[in-house]
Amino acid sequence: MASLVLENLRKNFGAVAVLHGIDLAMASGEMLVIVGASGCGKSTLLRLVAGLEVPTGGRILLDGSDVAPLDPAERDIAMVFQNYALYPHMSVFDNMAYGLRIRGVAKDAIRTRVDSAAEMLGLTPLLMRKPRQLSGGQRQRVAMGRAIVRQPKLFLFDEPLSNLDAKLRVQMRAEIRRLQRRMAVTSLYVTHDQVEAMTLGDRLLVLHQGRPVQLATPMEVFENPANTYVAGFIGAPSMNLFPAALSHGGTAAVFSPGQVIAFTDGRRPGADGRKLILGIRPEHVAIDPAGMELQIDLIEPLGSETVVIGRLPDGELFSVKLPGAAPAGESMAVSIPAAHLHVFDAETGLRLDPAG
Amino acid sequence: MERRTIFSGWLLPVVLVLPQLALTVVFFLWPAGQAIWSSMTRTDAFGIRTMFVGLENFSDLFTDPLYLDTIERSVFFCAAVAALSMGVALVLASAADREIRFRGLYRVLLVWPYAIAPAVAAVLWILLLHPQIGLIGRWLNSIGIPWDYKLNDTQAMLVVILASAWKQVSYNFIFFLAGLQSIPRAIIEAARMDGARGFFRFRTVVLPLLMPTVFFLLVVNLVYAAFDTFATIIALTDGGPGKATETLVVKVYRDGVVNLDIGSSSAQSVVLMAGVIVLTALQFRFLGRRSGGG
Repeated sequence: MASLVLENLRKNFGAVAVLHGIDLAMASGEMLVIVGASGCGKSTLLRLVAGLEVPTGGRILLDGSDVAPLDPAERDIAMVFQNYALYPHMSVFDNMAYGLRIRGVAKDAIRTRVDSAAEMLGLTPLLMRKPRQLSGGQRQRVAMGRAIVRQPKLFLFDEPLSNLDAKLRVQMRAEIRRLQRRMAVTSLYVTHDQVEAMTLGDRLLVLHQGRPVQLATPMEVFENPANTYVAGFIGAPSMNLFPAALSHGGTAAVFSPGQVIAFTDGRRPGADGRKLILGIRPEHVAIDPAGMELQIDLIEPLGSETVVIGRLPDGELFSVKLPGAAPAGESMAVSIPAAHLHVFDAETGLRLDPAG
Repeated sequence: MERRTIFSGWLLPVVLVLPQLALTVVFFLWPAGQAIWSSMTRTDAFGIRTMFVGLENFSDLFTDPLYLDTIERSVFFCAAVAALSMGVALVLASAADREIRFRGLYRVLLVWPYAIAPAVAAVLWILLLHPQIGLIGRWLNSIGIPWDYKLNDTQAMLVVILASAWKQVSYNFIFFLAGLQSIPRAIIEAARMDGARGFFRFRTVVLPLLMPTVFFLLVVNLVYAAFDTFATIIALTDGGPGKATETLVVKVYRDGVVNLDIGSSSAQSVVLMAGVIVLTALQFRFLGRRSGGG
């Protein structure tokens, strides 16, 4: 258990800046998920903390001391890799014991620790097997076990579930969460999968093009996305975003075909005509016979709910998530409940909260 | 995935394999057959009459202390050449596998010696090590170390081992480098995270994953040292002084071509052929198992 603090952590590859200065403070035992599209720098961030890459600038404080100049071997950090990276020539037992032997742990202590980790992960009958004799899910568990037995200060997870099939992924996701809670080890978890991010993290750090965009709890990120990028990235299907303009002295917005929507939570700053982006999550769209007409393009039944993708009269793509089955017909009438509206500035993309 | 072509007739396949078959017959089966035949004959001193003696040449060979000495010398020579050239190549390949400046140039330069003809390589080594005209040879003598590989058995052996190993380093380097680069980065990184460093990491993670390459190269190097070093040895020491650097192939040449004892020379080459067949079979079996086992 340890606290982790990043101070203005930067990384350039040659002339290309990959991380533009990350500040972060993690409490002991916290699980923080770094999420972002591929190429946003999230894996680089993890590798900097691991010591596999050398930072261009900034500090990495583990329990208050700067580990940035240290070799990975001196950091007491364990990492679970995307493709597991098990030692193919060693048995499951030796894979898990390797790090302990290097640290000079006594033989019977190694035995105890590996056995208890194997027990926890259901690997006991497989201890003498080689990695190639294991299924994907079992390899994943061994990779976890290798990290667990070390009892490190910090766990790093680099998209550990992305090579598993969908069902196993859900199962392992829950298992990782349970293990992390139980062991209370401070953890950094990198993923591009927003469901994983939402379900696993105590807090999320959303990265976009090497810059931190939002650092908050999953529900906070979901309910109050900091900008249009986060709004579109978190939540499935993605939030509907469409252009509008401020009107009525800042208390309402006009969007394309002369539709006016009044804010329920207060007036936004700026002159009338200020360009806005409005956002509404598909599940918040209401069916309203008096509303706009939505030409239906595609219906995706998901069983318990249905996603309808269509076009508004001005041609904007718009999706609606309905509980239950899809309506019959070529079109449906929908309205946007003002209570669930997200308002962003069109120029900066930043969230626009009510003034005062 | 296995790719298989089905021919409807037998004419086309026969025509297609004929060139290869012809080469094999003319350049291998025929001379090998002749060698086996003449290994069972003995020719009189004037080369007029030849008579069949069965396996007598072989039994003579294996009771001849000179031949047994040669076997011992050859085994030592092969082991030394393989160990030296593979050891040096592995160190160089490990260095080239890391992020270093001028990596491309370094790799190209390391491959060059392989393109040099054995006799030319031998001349290079003479220019370095010759006691009177060689750079290193003269220097050794000038600082008081008596150096003359044309008189000293141990020094002669050292020189042929050095020259032979040097030529093979390039080849080994390429294979070791390829082997090292096929080890997934993440496994090395996992070992780093586990706290393994430097030589310990190399010994416990890298080397075991490199073992298939090591075994393959071991066989190739033994065969190389046993046969392809002939030109190098002849040019450098001619098997001497005395018999100090006379390996099995050199003896085949001396007994057969120089001393015209065709029967014994043929018997020796048959023994050598058996050796190569065993080594090759070992290698094929090993490589076959590798590709099958995944």
